[in-house]
Amino acid sequence: MKNDNLVLNIENLVVHYETENGIVKAVNGIDLKLNKKNAIGLVGETGAGKTTTALAMLRLVPDPPGVIKSGVIELDGENILKKSIKELEKIRGKDISMIFQDPMTALNPVFTVGEQIAESIMLHENVPTDDANMRAKEMLEMVGIPGHRANDYPHQFSGGMKQRVVIAIALACHTKLLIADEPTTALDVTIQAQVLELMNKLKEEYQTSLIMITHDLGIVAEVCDEVAVMYAGRIIEQGTLKDVFNKTKHPYTEGLFNSLPNVNNRKAKLQPIPGLMPDPIDLPLGCSFSPRCPYANDNCRENKPVPRWISDTHMVECSAYDDSSFHIARGGKK
Amino acid sequence: MYKYIISRLLLLIPIMLAVSFIVFFIVDLAPGDVVDIIAGTEMAEADIARIREEMGFNDPLLIRYFRYMSGLVRGDLGVSYVTNRDVFEVYMLRLPATLQLATSGTVVALLIAIPLGITAAVHQNTWRDSGSMVLGLLGLSIPTFWLGLLMIIIFSLKLGWLPSIGNDTPLSIILPAITVGSGQAALTMRTTRSSMLEVVRQDYLRTARAKGVSEKVVIRKHAFKNALIPILTVIGTQFGVALGGAVMTETVFAWPGIGRLIVDSINNRDTQMVTGAIILTTMLSSIVILLIDLAYAFVDPRIKARYAK
Amino acid sequence: MGKTSMVPETGLTASKRYKKRSQLAEIWHNFKKNKGAVLGLIILGIIVVMAIVSNFAFDYDTQIIRQIVRERLQGPSLKHPFGTDQYGRDIFLRILYGARYSLSIGIVAVMVSLAIGGVFGIIAGYFGGFLENAIMRFCDVFSSIPAILLAICISTAFGGSTLILMVSVGVVSVPAFARVARAAVMTVRDQEYIEAAYASGASRLRIMFSHILPNSLAPIMVQVTMRVGSAIITASSLSFLGLGIPAPAPEWGSMLAEGRSFIRDYSYMTLFPGIAIVITVLSINMIGDGLRDAMDPKLKR
Repeated sequence: MKNDNLVLNIENLVVHYETENGIVKAVNGIDLKLNKKNAIGLVGETGAGKTTTALAMLRLVPDPPGVIKSGVIELDGENILKKSIKELEKIRGKDISMIFQDPMTALNPVFTVGEQIAESIMLHENVPTDDANMRAKEMLEMVGIPGHRANDYPHQFSGGMKQRVVIAIALACHTKLLIADEPTTALDVTIQAQVLELMNKLKEEYQTSLIMITHDLGIVAEVCDEVAVMYAGRIIEQGTLKDVFNKTKHPYTEGLFNSLPNVNNRKAKLQPIPGLMPDPIDLPLGCSFSPRCPYANDNCRENKPVPRWISDTHMVECSAYDDSSFHIARGGKK
Repeated sequence: MYKYIISRLLLLIPIMLAVSFIVFFIVDLAPGDVVDIIAGTEMAEADIARIREEMGFNDPLLIRYFRYMSGLVRGDLGVSYVTNRDVFEVYMLRLPATLQLATSGTVVALLIAIPLGITAAVHQNTWRDSGSMVLGLLGLSIPTFWLGLLMIIIFSLKLGWLPSIGNDTPLSIILPAITVGSGQAALTMRTTRSSMLEVVRQDYLRTARAKGVSEKVVIRKHAFKNALIPILTVIGTQFGVALGGAVMTETVFAWPGIGRLIVDSINNRDTQMVTGAIILTTMLSSIVILLIDLAYAFVDPRIKARYAK
Repeated sequence: MGKTSMVPETGLTASKRYKKRSQLAEIWHNFKKNKGAVLGLIILGIIVVMAIVSNFAFDYDTQIIRQIVRERLQGPSLKHPFGTDQYGRDIFLRILYGARYSLSIGIVAVMVSLAIGGVFGIIAGYFGGFLENAIMRFCDVFSSIPAILLAICISTAFGGSTLILMVSVGVVSVPAFARVARAAVMTVRDQEYIEAAYASGASRLRIMFSHILPNSLAPIMVQVTMRVGSAIITASSLSFLGLGIPAPAPEWGSMLAEGRSFIRDYSYMTLFPGIAIVITVLSINMIGDGLRDAMDPKLKR
């Protein structure tokens, strides 16, 4: 992974929320590198720390109670964590954009969609209002909405269309990195497919790098080149699509694949991962997954696992592999 | 859209009918009547009885009410038996002074309340917030008329800066306006705060921040316009309160408006004037609330769409 | 949904940490945390005690209303902490005694409003349809008349006495209570646990009393505390205008009216009764705020 080609470089990011009930350790030291024009899926259950990581990249972690305890976040070589608020405001929406889960509430109800897109343009590029409005219309066309609807208000659009508007806003200034936080979770499945297709197309068109946060492995397969699996604030497996899907290594990742219902074998029982994700205020001593892991041994429970590179691209964080003969049930190939 | 306005206006009519009946009924219940005043102390009993019959005071309530109403719909609210002047005319003469007071009071209230409310919401749970809340609570606990008296003591009597009586100089409006305004400000501030608190949590603000909009603009432009709606409601209902507060303020400052008109008329047992004035004031208050409702449509496009159907 | 949460969701909630408390105890616990509210409670307590005690501690005729011309218009001193009025009456004692009027009027007026308005509201909310419409229109009519004008109207018609004052101040708040009661009933009525109660066979009356009523209580309580304060202010305003309790009763509003003629040189007469009103109403309002925050902590966040 050469430095020049990195659009994003995160090193040892730690984010805590300091609340009355205790310190919520949302993100516990993650490393993430993303090449330009690539798309990576950030997978995990609710509470794994995915959204917090994304917010940290824009420095939008609510503060209080959120605190970025340590780490480096480099966007195209520039350290975000060292930037002033003014500089950040320039970067947000222009070099890095984020779209959120619920399109129904993401748009301001009292401004037209055209105004909301144009605002982004006028903020980051010195163009007169008319030009911005025109470009806003073009963006709408880009996402498949007739340009004349720029004067309509959000409540006049359906959920899927709202999400397209949100995408239009995010890409209006040709951002380098787009973070999409479960963008299709709140939409119908058919609309979901349309939106994903749109994102794919725009990704190609604008050469934008993409971080797709989702709990849905199907979406990852559809859109991403790489995958990173998060659990209790750490990335426990990472690699290319092939690495993680075909040569799965981590027991948790295996559990995720296993919990998908099997269309081909309708008689097969559903296999959820037993137990719940640990309370981030009260993480287990050793590996965070050990309480639920079918392969866990005493070493796992007492000591934190370290990242282990299986190949150039494939990383897993699991102490069970200290034993070189160990492998999980899925896949089979080492 | 126009259909909606017309239907709202039409709705006012039955309400006003009911209001006028209630007011008429209550005032009519007052013991003693105007005839006693007109007659003075010299007239004989028999003469008084005769006058009462002639003037129609012995007729049953409903008949008198209908007589009154038929006059009212023609714009004729009768003539005051005490001052011999047309009720409607006198009211209209005094109305501008009160409107002036109510408007300046509302402006004062907004100038105080909105910045305080926004600050309290944005800096929730800090000293700014608790301080504003306490101030707001204090404002709700001070009787308007006492505030006026206090203002007079401090600014007029002790410091001699501002006039306290009447409407002679341009400066005269300052103390009354601040008095009326402070009373309104308290409630408006609390509403602004809670409305902003709601809005501050909304997702679309996060979208704006992710776009790179500066925090100041997020609050002022994106948040505030949404928070405006409940604030408008408060302003509308506060106008009714302002009119009421005007009664007390005008009494304290001897301001020549309808508030004082009503109080004086009560002291003079001028039932015709009292009835007419209260009915007209209610009508005024209702129209203002209607106007505020319509203003919603301009602030919130969702409501505009609903009305346009 | 739709709100950005401050803290990420966790699999296990922290509810295990808190001991179970009864609802009332929970409310009291939250209330105690609000220092302002507790202060208000203490002050109000003192005022209430004053009001009750002053009937026994002072002799009305000799101390409250007797005119001692010799001592008239004296400023605050050791003998007369708040000074004397134009009839030589001690203002401090009059203020202490006057608490009886303000508190009793405030409380009774609001109780009356609550009783009438509450019943109307519950009926309207529960039965709906024509009844609800009729009641609500009726309330609309009454509330379109500016409060103080309505109160003035009634007071003028029936003369000034404590009772009439209570009624006129009370009537003004009836529409508000009706609306709150109706809204509370309607929200609760549609909640799922009510459906569950019906499904398990409870009778309508039982549902109304054991489910709907307790849960509607919170917003009603909040209204009550808000209204007592404004009732006291309205009552003193009416007295100030001469429409309230007749002289020589030491009602705070009428004391202010009397002091007005002497405002230029004896401004203390205007100061103290007003301060009494403010302190009383402020303590009630602080309690009200504390109660509201205690009952629904979500509002505070």
